[in-house]
Amino acid sequence: MGREGLRRFVQGDLASLRVVLGLAVIWIIFQSQNDRFLSAENLTNLMLQITAVGLISIGIVYVLLLGEIDLSVGAVSGLAAAVMTVLNVKHGWSPYLAIAAGILVGTAIGLFQGSVFTRFGVPSFVVTLAGLLAWQGALLQVLGSTGSININDPKITGLANTFYSDAVGWIIAVVVIAAYAGVVLSGYRSRVAHGLTGESMTPLLVRIALVAAIALVVVAVLNSDRGVPLALLILLAFVVGFEYVARRTRFGRHVYAVGGSSEAARRAGIGIDRIRIAVFALASTMAAIGGILAASRLLAVNQSSGGSELLLLAIAGPVIAGTSLFGGRGAVWTALLGALVIGSIANGMDLLALSSAVKFMVTGGVLLLAVIVDAIARRERQAAGRV
Amino acid sequence: MSADASLLQVDGVSKRFGPVQALDRVDFGVKAGEVVGLVGDNGAGKSTLVKTIAGIHSPDTGEIRFAGERVAISRPNDATALGIATVYQDLALCDNLDVVANIFLGQEEISGGPAHATRQLDEAKMEHRADDLLDSLAVTIPNLRTEVGTLSGGQRQQVAVARSLLGEPRVVLLDEPTAALGVPQTKQVLELIRRLRERGLAVVMISHNLANVFEVADRIVVLRLGKAAGDFQAEQTTEEHVVAAITGVGEGNG
Repeated sequence: MGREGLRRFVQGDLASLRVVLGLAVIWIIFQSQNDRFLSAENLTNLMLQITAVGLISIGIVYVLLLGEIDLSVGAVSGLAAAVMTVLNVKHGWSPYLAIAAGILVGTAIGLFQGSVFTRFGVPSFVVTLAGLLAWQGALLQVLGSTGSININDPKITGLANTFYSDAVGWIIAVVVIAAYAGVVLSGYRSRVAHGLTGESMTPLLVRIALVAAIALVVVAVLNSDRGVPLALLILLAFVVGFEYVARRTRFGRHVYAVGGSSEAARRAGIGIDRIRIAVFALASTMAAIGGILAASRLLAVNQSSGGSELLLLAIAGPVIAGTSLFGGRGAVWTALLGALVIGSIANGMDLLALSSAVKFMVTGGVLLLAVIVDAIARRERQAAGRV
Repeated sequence: MSADASLLQVDGVSKRFGPVQALDRVDFGVKAGEVVGLVGDNGAGKSTLVKTIAGIHSPDTGEIRFAGERVAISRPNDATALGIATVYQDLALCDNLDVVANIFLGQEEISGGPAHATRQLDEAKMEHRADDLLDSLAVTIPNLRTEVGTLSGGQRQQVAVARSLLGEPRVVLLDEPTAALGVPQTKQVLELIRRLRERGLAVVMISHNLANVFEVADRIVVLRLGKAAGDFQAEQTTEEHVVAAITGVGEGNG
């Protein structure tokens, strides 16, 4: 690809291509070791496995864009799921109210942590580390002596266990393609209307064709097993929604600005504390939603809900897929792509029946590799005069 | 306000920081369509004077007049509301955002219609306006969608100045606009300052570089140890006279 191409490959301009190639390599390796890996059944399982972590990663992307970190999202996801479950199972709340209460617990925690961070200037690392411990304690408190509660409500378990028929799957694919084409083409028309015609149509059409191909292949694969899962639609809806907020709205623009230079943002009249609190609230809210999906899939909450490596995977995913730990650079869809990479590795190692020892070490190695690439990309940008 | 009266006039302004008398009864004025070079040694009070006008510091004594009216500038927003824009030396740009986003930062154009509910950005309108603005300043940046971090120092300075013009100010304060720039880039920025003058703006330019000041300034004001130490018409003086006023050697009131 030449020297210039190689530089862009490493430096992050082509980060997404790098990750997609990495994903392809991972898939080829696992498929060569176990030919069930790329079966429709296993790929459907993979989609279900990445939903919770992908949802949590969406909030993490926003926090990373600010150049901050939130270590409490795992614990918050467990606590929110536990609150929902206890209200539904022990107190007989309707599933909708119980889910709303669980999500609101997440929002409240985020508002609190964001306020402490901005009000006292405590590093977000420390605030959310304290949160990690405290909310884990709260989880144990909420669960009480039972330690584990099963979920029977069909509305809640349906979140992660509903599959659509083939026909509905195809309709979804068509709607997705039409909506994407509509957005891309209306953006182009608006530019033409303002006399900005420098851009050729060809790359836009290529992008639309690419999205159409991906949508059709994914639906075809999922239809040949159980069908398109509701959980995947929930994840995609949140990814698209928050990608829109990040890229197209004033709030999103200000998030990038604060992450790029908080001083410049402040002098431009942006209320940087308000932005920070909102982002921490968003991260905890997404953590709660992810926790609820995880509980729905597990059909229970227990003392280890939201624990183990969930937090690290939720942070590692976007970073592996190209969102910078240093703030101001990244995109919401890296939450999806990163979850796919990490989920594929975990799923493949499970298929090969590798021991936990190996799985932890491999996952750790992948994370380390990702942050090294991120750091190199940043250094290269600085060397090229781009901070 | 008569034709030759100052648009912005500072009368007898003093400012003390603890034991340091940063400004001592300074008088200073700038007219519309005039470029004033504000020069002096390190610690002479140039930055303090500009920050006082910009609302970062409030003066201990003295008064500021804008368009003949006495005004109180106690916060940066007061200065902005009057039509006084400041471009600091560090530029305060977001390197991860493109040129359009930086120019409109904090003053984004929002789409109409249903998209207004989400405060959706009207990118096409912003790009169109940014293009017009930069065109009118004869600033050439090939692609307005390039990240500001990839631009040259001169281009970054030009973007920062263009951004300050978005609120239609009448006075522009420039803090060391040519520091750390190469020769061709300095030329671009000086050309931009001339265009600000052509637009009828009052321009105050702090600079260490006397050659640059002589190139664009109509008038040169010297500060020394917090006091006004000279006020020269650029065409009727020499660099030696100005240097003498800066260093306090000989008579500086030419």
